[in-house]
Amino acid sequence: MILELLLTSAPDWAIRHAAVLVVVVPLIMAPILALSPSGRLAWFLALLATAASTYFAILTLGIVQSTPGGIIEYWIGNWYLIGIEFRVDALNAMILLIVSGMAFLATVFAWPTILADVEKQKISLFLCAFLLCFAGLCGVAATGDAFNLFVFLEISSLSTYVLVAMGARNDRRALPAAFDYLIVGTLAASFYIIGVGFLYAATGTLNMAEMAAQLPALAGNRSVQVGFAFIVVGLGLKAAMWPLHQWLPNAYSYSPSFVTMFLAATATKVALYALIRWLFTIFNPDYSFEQAIFTWVLAPLGIAAMVICSFQAVFQTDVRRMLAYSSVAQVGYMILGISIATAAGVSAGLLHLFNHSLMKGALFMALAGVCLTYKGTTVRDFAGLGRSAPFTMSAFAIAGLSLIGVPLTAGFMSKLQLGYALFDHGWWWAVLFVVFSSFLAVFYVGRLLQAIFFEAPANPGRHRKEAPLIVLVPLWILALANIYFGIDASFPVGLANDGAAAALGLEALQ
Amino acid sequence: MPAFLTDLNPGWLLILAGLAAIFIKIRSVRQVITIITPVVAILLLATTQHGVDHLTYNALGIELSFYRVDSLNFIFGLAFLIASLLNAIYALHTDNRLQDGMALAYAGAAVSATFAGDLMTLFIFWEITAISSVFLILQAGTRAAYFASMRYLAVQILSGVLLLDGIAYVWHYNGSLSLEAFTSLDQPGALIIFIAFGIKAAFPFLHNWLQDSYPKSSVVGAVILSAFTTKLAVYAFARFFPGFNELIWIGAVMTIFPVFFAVIENDLRRVLAYSLNNQVGFMICAIGVGVAGVGNPLALNGAAAHAFVHIIYKALLFMSIGAVLYRTGTAKASELGGLYRSMPWTAVFCIIGGLSISAFPFFSGFIAKSLTMSAVAAEGAANPAMIVVWLMLLFASAGVLEHSGIKIPYFAFFGHDSGKRVKEAPFNMLLAMGMAAFLCIAVGLPALVPGLGYQWLYGLLPYPIEAAAYQPFTLDHILTQMQLLILAVFAFILLKRLMLYPAEKPGVILDTDWLYRKVGYGAFRWVDTVWSKIGPATAAIATRLASRAYDNMVATFSPRGMLSRNVFSGGMTLWTAVILGLVLLVSYLTS
Repeated sequence: MILELLLTSAPDWAIRHAAVLVVVVPLIMAPILALSPSGRLAWFLALLATAASTYFAILTLGIVQSTPGGIIEYWIGNWYLIGIEFRVDALNAMILLIVSGMAFLATVFAWPTILADVEKQKISLFLCAFLLCFAGLCGVAATGDAFNLFVFLEISSLSTYVLVAMGARNDRRALPAAFDYLIVGTLAASFYIIGVGFLYAATGTLNMAEMAAQLPALAGNRSVQVGFAFIVVGLGLKAAMWPLHQWLPNAYSYSPSFVTMFLAATATKVALYALIRWLFTIFNPDYSFEQAIFTWVLAPLGIAAMVICSFQAVFQTDVRRMLAYSSVAQVGYMILGISIATAAGVSAGLLHLFNHSLMKGALFMALAGVCLTYKGTTVRDFAGLGRSAPFTMSAFAIAGLSLIGVPLTAGFMSKLQLGYALFDHGWWWAVLFVVFSSFLAVFYVGRLLQAIFFEAPANPGRHRKEAPLIVLVPLWILALANIYFGIDASFPVGLANDGAAAALGLEALQ
Repeated sequence: MPAFLTDLNPGWLLILAGLAAIFIKIRSVRQVITIITPVVAILLLATTQHGVDHLTYNALGIELSFYRVDSLNFIFGLAFLIASLLNAIYALHTDNRLQDGMALAYAGAAVSATFAGDLMTLFIFWEITAISSVFLILQAGTRAAYFASMRYLAVQILSGVLLLDGIAYVWHYNGSLSLEAFTSLDQPGALIIFIAFGIKAAFPFLHNWLQDSYPKSSVVGAVILSAFTTKLAVYAFARFFPGFNELIWIGAVMTIFPVFFAVIENDLRRVLAYSLNNQVGFMICAIGVGVAGVGNPLALNGAAAHAFVHIIYKALLFMSIGAVLYRTGTAKASELGGLYRSMPWTAVFCIIGGLSISAFPFFSGFIAKSLTMSAVAAEGAANPAMIVVWLMLLFASAGVLEHSGIKIPYFAFFGHDSGKRVKEAPFNMLLAMGMAAFLCIAVGLPALVPGLGYQWLYGLLPYPIEAAAYQPFTLDHILTQMQLLILAVFAFILLKRLMLYPAEKPGVILDTDWLYRKVGYGAFRWVDTVWSKIGPATAAIATRLASRAYDNMVATFSPRGMLSRNVFSGGMTLWTAVILGLVLLVSYLTS
């Protein structure tokens, strides 16, 4: 199909370097963008860069799927075993596809929101920071080197702080939010690098595959366990694992709406990917201490996130905060899936990851679309919007239903898979929490939909209108994807199953 | 015919037309739709190829087959469509968009479920029948009907949920949702599905929803309700549980116990609801005797034939009592009587319905019930226990005559004169009743015109060859039946003369549903009284507690609440340390 067509039509160099080009293109484009005199040109270049990245990400996926063994090993500079390795299997390929695809859609719709949110002379720099962040996220997803992962993590984090702080033009609270995020992000990166340090001391290598090969011999080594603990907590912070999520609602609520949409759809996902990579590929769920962490730490925290943050979402008055808390709750689902530690569980977590970036992307995009003309983001401000912006709000409603997990939407498929995996593992009680949390989602989404479609506008005098076409098109692509993947989920399920199999080092998942 | 038409499940046509009818404000257009649609659907069904999956769809890895006709479900579907047509004509005098539309949709859902080619599809339409039928009860508009409809809905949904649960088991263990009969109740999911079907078929102690809701529905609603839900369950049993011994006994008990309630009941529509129960018992019993393919095809034929004729004569009886209710405003035996003067046609049709349900020779009930009785008798030759069953069925047959064949026409149209002088039923009602009565007689007679008569019905049965070989009008069949009937009539007359027959008294007969309606209600009342004494005091406390709980939730979860307070960097780092400590501790303890 499309993948094969792309593979056959791609030039030789593209196929050989695809895995690296995903990261390198935006990384090189970023400084060029900073020099761009006009914001419009910068946006255009950013569009090109993200499109190219998406193309290479799809290409990478195609190569991974057609290679026997399913792994691309790319030694940068051909410095075998000395230098940095990019190592892409079905798991990374999936994440790369999500990140670059969402980045592309985000860039498409970004232009009007950037004009509204960012001062004119800063647009080029803003987009430069965005491309750096994007490159960093892709780098985290592509690299096969533990230290290199830290570097890319920092690249993405530092630029994210800048992006969040840019929200200060609309709301000064963006500054403390960015500052808090900076402290927490630095803490997370430090924890991560401390953990890597411990492991380096024990194994003498920074290459992930090498490390994985050496770890079984080090059973019972305390420094390995301490390193493990630091890495799990560090990445948990980045992934907004409850209760390490408190940076997220502020960062999402006060940053420019384009940034919120991009971060919600990608940032925590990449951190979760890194967590999966460490938990399953480098470490191994067969280690008794890791199994205990799954059962006694990750699963309870995931469930706590699902329930508590859903409650918090119910009580929020600001729509962006509400969606932010819901994001933390959704991360809880993914953590719960991962903590089952079976192929089915990881696959369910990955599927939810995929679907969640579709639905949160659409929700925040619709939100950004209506914020363009109408600056309020409280639930009351949304009253009656269904009549003045029907297209934007119907897409919003579709994504909202998907967030609840209504049948025939993508959200339902991933919750279903999660339920199956939990049942197979014997954790039927956890299914009750999944259902209960979905029930809470009915409340917070339903409250909003009720306001949008059935209530009279709060202050009818104010001007409000449909989002511009350039927002509507990517928005509806995401909304329709939510429905399409709710009916025929074979594509994301295939990706998630392959990804889980790759993470667990299995041949394939039937 | 174009392929999309032959592949179109007639039930879907009905559902779509029904949904459309809800939005059509012009009465005449709607009437045309409600009558034309069943006719078209019957034509579609008649031209459909059997044994083929006409419309399949693969969803979530499950192969769904939406339309599959075979010899077993054809006759059920046909009967449903005929009932839908009769009801459409019967309802012509009303102008109620929701009722017209939902009646069609309900019939369509039942037909779709009948022609479902897999369990999942069956479940989907199973639920749609439940949901669409609730509106028909609600249409009566009374307070009692509202509560009855809610109880009805709860029970129907329970059945659906159980079915889904059973399907999940089947899917998990067999990996297939095809329509294969179970061989034992020990199979995964079999028992749950059995109970789910049992609720819809109104098994003893699961039956109360029926007597509760049908008599409370509107005039038209009762007619349409009587046709589908229980017969759909009968079909489901014939499909999945043929030859289960449990069904023989359940069916036999089911034929007998409503007799007593029906005899003492005052509300004639409730009497009919009980006799519906009793008739379904015959079918269930027959299914228990018959084994698919081998064993006793006579019995399965009996069940199918009985379902077909029953749908028609039960509709006829409900229509006639409905007409009485429409004209006089009551269906209580104590307030009726002597109506044959003012409603002669209705009386005649009601008597034809009564003769059919009592299985008088040359009426439709006879040719169906004979099949079942012969099958049970044939089994009795080998198994003495079956003779008990045969006797139970015989007793029940006498009971049917007592409460449906005699009591209904007698108390409504004869008996003591109530003094009511009303108009004859509207023409459309008479027409619908006339058509049903015609079918009752036409199917009951031997073929006067070749290919018609009871042979026509027998030709539609699941085992047409065995059916063709069966001869209902033998001397001993007729003789046995006539003896039974004459004795029952004699008993009625005797009891009447001796003033021993339960007089028609107003009142509510309580069935086993007193458990949840009276005891539950009583307990509720008691609690209510107690509550009203100590209520004001406790209410204040409760309000305070509730508002405090809400305040606490707000204080915890809301934007200004504890969990969201920006005690930031310090708090976050503390949490990070706590989680790190936890992870370290757990790994230390377990390695």
